[in-house]
Amino acid sequence: MGEVILTMKGIDKSFPGVHALDHVDLEVCRGEVHALMGENGAGKSTLMKVLTGIYTKDSGTITYEGREVEFHNPREAQAAGIVIVHQELNMMNHLTVAQNIFIGREFMKGKLIDDARMNAEAKKLFTQLGIDINPAEKMGNLTVGKQQMCEIAKAISHEAKVIIFDEPSAALTEAEIDELFKIIRDLREKQLGIVYISHRMDEIKVITDRVTVMRDGGYVGTLITEQCTKDDIINMMVGRVIYEEPKTKSMVPPDAPVVLKVEHLNAGKMVQDVSFELHKGEILGFSGLMGAGRTETARALFGADPKESGDIYVNGKKVDIKSPEDAVKHGIGYLSEDRKRYGIVVGKTVAENSTMANLRDFVKGLFIDKKKENKITNDYIDRLKTKTPSVDQLVINLSGGNQQKVVLAKWLVKNCDILIFDEPTRGIDVGAKSEIYHLMNELAAAGKSIIMISSEMTEILRMSDRIVVMCEGRKTAEIDIAEATQENIMHAATLR
Amino acid sequence: MQTSKNGNAFTNNPIVKAIGLQRIVVVLAVILEAIFFSAMSASFRQYATVVSILDYSYYITFMAIGVTFCLISGGNDLSVGAGMICYALAGGYLVQQVGWPVWAGMLVTIVMGLCFGVLNGTMVAIMNLPPFIATLCTMLITRGLGSILTGGMAVSWPSRKGVGGWFRSIFKIIGTGNGIPKGTIIPIGFALVLLSIIVMTVVLNKTKVGRYIIAIGSNKEAARLSGVNVVKYQMMAYIISGFFAGLAGIAYAATFSSSVAPGTGPGLELDAIGAAIIGGTSMTGGQGSVIGTLLGVFVMSLLKTGLPYIGLQANWQQIITALVLIGAIYIDVLKNKKTA
Repeated sequence: MGEVILTMKGIDKSFPGVHALDHVDLEVCRGEVHALMGENGAGKSTLMKVLTGIYTKDSGTITYEGREVEFHNPREAQAAGIVIVHQELNMMNHLTVAQNIFIGREFMKGKLIDDARMNAEAKKLFTQLGIDINPAEKMGNLTVGKQQMCEIAKAISHEAKVIIFDEPSAALTEAEIDELFKIIRDLREKQLGIVYISHRMDEIKVITDRVTVMRDGGYVGTLITEQCTKDDIINMMVGRVIYEEPKTKSMVPPDAPVVLKVEHLNAGKMVQDVSFELHKGEILGFSGLMGAGRTETARALFGADPKESGDIYVNGKKVDIKSPEDAVKHGIGYLSEDRKRYGIVVGKTVAENSTMANLRDFVKGLFIDKKKENKITNDYIDRLKTKTPSVDQLVINLSGGNQQKVVLAKWLVKNCDILIFDEPTRGIDVGAKSEIYHLMNELAAAGKSIIMISSEMTEILRMSDRIVVMCEGRKTAEIDIAEATQENIMHAATLR
Repeated sequence: MQTSKNGNAFTNNPIVKAIGLQRIVVVLAVILEAIFFSAMSASFRQYATVVSILDYSYYITFMAIGVTFCLISGGNDLSVGAGMICYALAGGYLVQQVGWPVWAGMLVTIVMGLCFGVLNGTMVAIMNLPPFIATLCTMLITRGLGSILTGGMAVSWPSRKGVGGWFRSIFKIIGTGNGIPKGTIIPIGFALVLLSIIVMTVVLNKTKVGRYIIAIGSNKEAARLSGVNVVKYQMMAYIISGFFAGLAGIAYAATFSSSVAPGTGPGLELDAIGAAIIGGTSMTGGQGSVIGTLLGVFVMSLLKTGLPYIGLQANWQQIITALVLIGAIYIDVLKNKKTA
């Protein structure tokens, strides 16, 4: 490890309603691989966006190569030698590898682009990195792993001094990860400073020199990787005080029948051989880090995405779910994490949204029975305590929590007995949150069965009777609430 | 079109790969079309038909080159048909009614095309309007403007024998007996078309303008983050389209002896869009070729020429053009699904 190349000190950043970064520190040396760790929403990406000028910091200082700097956009940061290799790759699939690497700074021969020279230069870069990629191949034809190598090559061609890897291994195979690590070690050898963002504990131990842990937008501490254990890091990541009382034991009677059984569900890379059971009146929490495959599992189960294989049983009967329509027919309702895109029609009224899934019951002759629609909608407004001036209010004018209640009303009107809540309280303020929790508990007590996907540890521990933990498309643990702790959940969520 | 990694023996054949499966299919389609019309109608099998096919191909090619660039940039240009007629009306009016020389009328036609290209580019690249709607509005504007400029009257560009009739020889030389046998038609417009195709192929594949237009159509955000001036180059696609719509206006006025009538333009853009998509340019951007577009043009101009020979007049042509377009776009959709 050489001298310090980059120091971020006391970085503070607020968005309306959120204190995203609370005086965070980070120090990177030449020839160091520095892990940046934290749960979802801990502020890792925000910190990197502040560094590269995508966000402006409210306060704090960034010192780079001995001088205080402030970048206004990624291009300025890049010109100075700080480059991010994004998780979502910024590639132009229709152009060749070399064309992608040199986009914006093409080699010219007079007025024409010198593709031959670009290919040769790209080849040189790849040789230097020890990678075998044909520079003239179309980017879209490469695997994700190879595309990432190209991003790295692009970063190096910018004469980067600091490279930030944002969860680089998330989409890679084992062999590709080995290759990636070889390259990273090589870059370390060449005295580059490397920031490595990852959730994977094992990788951190293998590849990094130091670890900085963030939690809830704050700086927790920096450890030397060699001198700490996996548990040390996990404790730093989750060591927050839980204000909400967690559930201590399951509310489900031991003899409650199984209403939903999923066996060996497979759907692409994100859902691999997932099996679980859901009991009547149970709240089954689905925990895991971003990209663990929880939403994908729910969507495959609900018929929103095609599944490759797997059996689904509802009330002991094997069912064939090919589309959301089939799922709804079998009494499954899905409350999407992205309400505005999948949950509600914001430009329609509360009544119209409430009856949307079950309009057939509200048709008298050729026309919609407005009276019946209003009556039922009003019933649910009362039951769910939805705050709306009338059934004719447009949903767009309601708050997030009340919108969520309208979606819930829609599935209850449809008489769904199995409800999948995907991040039920995302974007909902604290007061409305506890109302939603209260509602979910009431529903469970009334015999509805709930699958709750949540990235919030506190929510998982407070609501679930049982917890399924997923990691990279696989179920890694099933924990009864009586035995669940933040630590053992996080452990399973980072299991590889 | 990129062939998929796991194609069959035919699609993996190096020759097939080099030319592109889609182009081979399109060439076959053109040949089949020609055989079909020849078999159905004896009068189709003559030199005059070839000339007629080429006559149609000139203005469609010019429009289609521009549309190809817009499609590759991830947009579209629906204004080229109405625009082309509007520019030709304006230029022709100045020549016929005001007495401007023909070259000045032609210049006005092209400059108007450029101006409306800038308008489209401004709406799409700077104001961020959806290209479909923005250029649809320009279609309405140019259609209305064409009528207003000429007071609703058709405009006759000079006839071949009239003063300034030389401009018709840019696309078609008709022998007068001295040097070239009397009545012999030489469709030299085709040379012009080929030249444009070659130049624009180089522009698309070998210059920054083309490279960045492809990049923007492929992944606009990535292009922006790579330091590409996306506003400038997106705009450029529409300016290119406007310029070629102007050329199309001239080609239209020069090849057809009838006068240019207001209101005849809308609908013609579909020939151009159809040609580009049949030629392998993707509706979703990032992908396309100018040579492919030329092949697509011949599918369209053969249809236009051939259908009357089998008794299907204008109304049927519209329906068949639409059906061909639906088919071509559907193939594009399937293609994208496969690669996604």
